[in-house]
Amino acid sequence: MILTSFRLPGEFGGLAPIYILPDKANADSGLTIETYQFFFSDFIYVEVFLKSFAVAIFTTIICITLAYPLALLIAHSPRKFRNLMIMLVVLPFASNFLIRIYAWMIILGPESALSHIINSALAFFDIAPVTLLFSPFAVLIAMIYVHLPFMILPLYTNLEKHDPLLLDAAQDLGANAWQRFWYVTWPQSLPGIFSGSALVFIPVLGMFAIPDILGGTGDIMIGNLIKDQFLGTRDWPFGSTLSIMLTLAVLSITGLFSWFARPTGKFA
Amino acid sequence: MILIEIRNVTKRFGDFIAVDNVSIEIQAGEFFTILGPSGCGKTTLLRMIAGFDAPDSGQILLEGKDIIDVPPERRPFHTVFQSYALFPHMTVADNIGFPLKMSGKTRHEIMTLVTKALEEVELSQFGNRYPHELSGGQKQRVAFARGLINQPRLLLLDEPLGALDEKLRENMQRELINLQAEAGVTFIYITHAQNEALALSHRIAIMNQGKIEQVDEPARIYNFPMNRFVADFIGKINMLDASVIEVSSSHLKLRVTGLGEITVPAKACIKINDRGVLAVRPEQIRIAPEASEMNTGLQFIGKIKGFFYIGDVTTYNVELPNNTWIEALLPNSEPGHAKLFEIGDTVVVSWSEQSAQFLPN
Repeated sequence: MILTSFRLPGEFGGLAPIYILPDKANADSGLTIETYQFFFSDFIYVEVFLKSFAVAIFTTIICITLAYPLALLIAHSPRKFRNLMIMLVVLPFASNFLIRIYAWMIILGPESALSHIINSALAFFDIAPVTLLFSPFAVLIAMIYVHLPFMILPLYTNLEKHDPLLLDAAQDLGANAWQRFWYVTWPQSLPGIFSGSALVFIPVLGMFAIPDILGGTGDIMIGNLIKDQFLGTRDWPFGSTLSIMLTLAVLSITGLFSWFARPTGKFA
Repeated sequence: MILIEIRNVTKRFGDFIAVDNVSIEIQAGEFFTILGPSGCGKTTLLRMIAGFDAPDSGQILLEGKDIIDVPPERRPFHTVFQSYALFPHMTVADNIGFPLKMSGKTRHEIMTLVTKALEEVELSQFGNRYPHELSGGQKQRVAFARGLINQPRLLLLDEPLGALDEKLRENMQRELINLQAEAGVTFIYITHAQNEALALSHRIAIMNQGKIEQVDEPARIYNFPMNRFVADFIGKINMLDASVIEVSSSHLKLRVTGLGEITVPAKACIKINDRGVLAVRPEQIRIAPEASEMNTGLQFIGKIKGFFYIGDVTTYNVELPNNTWIEALLPNSEPGHAKLFEIGDTVVVSWSEQSAQFLPN
């Protein structure tokens, strides 16, 4: 992939062959940094990157806010209900990923009940009707829906291990409900949040199916760009360049995450 | 002055009565111990005082005011848990400062008080460590410091020394006595270790099956147990089945199975034909070689059947006539001897009339 990114595209897709002419002194190695120059020459690619990051960050944050209460609820439920609840969280995985995405197409479609409800509510306030499908909104909803379990599971695993006695101790020492959460539960759950965030953020960043199916023409993400380079325009070197840029981005993010979640005394 | 009054408190878990109509008064500044076997309801009682559980009936009064409806975080009590319950994600200093932070003290005030508290428990250089970097005894001291830092009216201690090894436990017992005296805070100490209770407390309440059996000073609990349970639970005691045959103002005359008629000091509320036990502590029993002269009238010939050497003292098992067994405890004051008698020796067993007592069933 790295090597490919430094080569030139072939006339009919794929890669241009490398000619090695032994008698030429300044033999052309066939390697070039052209694709990287191209990546930075047009702001549109950086923009797609930034937009993908924004979507990934936004999805992660919403996943945390939705998953946290749910994980807490499961962790505080009687033991016999916990496995059932976890099963319900994981249940969507039983059906195919694409089928679940297409299901959202129906839910968000212009003739769906949801669209009707929202648009009649908007009409009541004299606001023009909206199209839910093929919008950034649809992409975000599906992103959250698909990745929520990946946030719930590590969070639950973390919260479930907390010693309930610590909450009693905190209460005994004068902490009210909010203080107990903020000073005892939350800091102890950070490792769970970090691992959940990594599990959500990284796949969202590279996702292409959801923007493809539910997004509008403008809602492309890095994943779509890469897919198009390989399967559409057949520009393998540039596709490789994009992949490497994505890999670098993901690596630096995971590096950052693991630095935050590094095993200090705090979380031991 | 009465600080805490527990008045007719009952707590049920389903059909099980964990705490059964318990009433206790605890004086301000007192080191009060609730002693009982595991499952006797002492922890439930503690949780009700702390506010984690509400009693099904009865009142808990702080200086005369009922505090049943006050949540734990607003009761001026702190608890030291058996497992310490230190916050693993906070440093020692943050742990100790936690109650101050919750009560809204400024960072500066907290720093000053925590530094002082760390000095008091001799952990000054450990302020920035995390609990998992401390030894058991150090964690224990952090837990005490945290419990005492904002001068609660009452410190509840739930078997705080249970997780320490024997040697350390003894040191911590001494520290605890000093700590309580210095802080002047009322302690309610929960334990199942009778020697700990005797060593530490001003007063002890013996609890069994949800009921209070006896509340008294350690020496009185030990020497004048009110009933068989207390006698048996605190220390060791010889118990021989007996029935009352004569009651007078100064003494009781008992018929003891296998030993005949024996006189013991008088006791209230005892009637003729009451059944119970004659109780004598092993250390009150004297045993002597058969040959020696004994001047009390009460003596029995017995045979040494076994002994149990634990260093400072040796317990001898003596078989008396008619298959009655008695334990006698002798100090090993002479160096070099593990025992004064050999198995099979015939000995004379005796005890003074005052050291024995009748405990009704």
